[in-house]
Amino acid sequence: MKVSELSSMFKLINAGDMEREVKGVFCCDLLSVAMGKAPADSAWVTVMANVNTLAVASLTDVSCVVLAEGAVLDEATVNKAREQEITVFSTEEPIFEAALRIHG
Amino acid sequence: MDNAIVFEYNVDSDDFTRAGEASSDIKKKLKEMGVSPEIVRKVAIAMYEGEINMVIHANGGKITVEITPKEIEMKLADVGPGIPDVDKAMQAGWSTAPEEVRNLGFGAGMGLPNMKKNTDDMKIDTEIGKGTTITMMVKMG
Repeated sequence: MKVSELSSMFKLINAGDMEREVKGVFCCDLLSVAMGKAPADSAWVTVMANVNTLAVASLTDVSCVVLAEGAVLDEATVNKAREQEITVFSTEEPIFEAALRIHG
Repeated sequence: MDNAIVFEYNVDSDDFTRAGEASSDIKKKLKEMGVSPEIVRKVAIAMYEGEINMVIHANGGKITVEITPKEIEMKLADVGPGIPDVDKAMQAGWSTAPEEVRNLGFGAGMGLPNMKKNTDDMKIDTEIGKGTTITMMVKMG
């Protein structure tokens, strides 16, 4: 599946490389754990929405971030996502439902 | 060392919004050099954990990265309080991070174990009241 296909499931907050492959789903809110465990090329579903989420997303090389439970990024963080070309989606759904939808 | 490329970064204290900039920059540079994505990811993760630790515990510090065709060496030096019990600090889940850091999603006691897991060699030199220097090495192949 490509990142662009997630646009039909969730609200797009920032578009990075929409042609990237999504090779799996990873769910975690603790950045310390995500840092060590998030697989490259996965869609990372979390409620943790701050600038460090973006740093972890970039360094672990996930293909996109999905913010669940209506978590929102402030404007400065959205700008950071734009700068770093990280694709971010948001949804009102809980983490499990959002992940299940991607897993399809 | 022959053919070594060296990069130096200053890490600011208590600036969580900028923490990760040095690691992101090294990640970008290694990618441009054509280093394999797996090695780039290991270096980026190990260095970011170290960078965050410097911000949380040590009022910042200095990172020196030396890249040779054989390996990547990262030296993270701070003049912070030092680590009283290194064995304890290396245990997954053991943390002295303050509440506000935990609220950001850090401080779960995974930093040092993650650094060890993602590197081929890691050495901790620490002295109470003087500071800590962590040297990590990742082999190129």
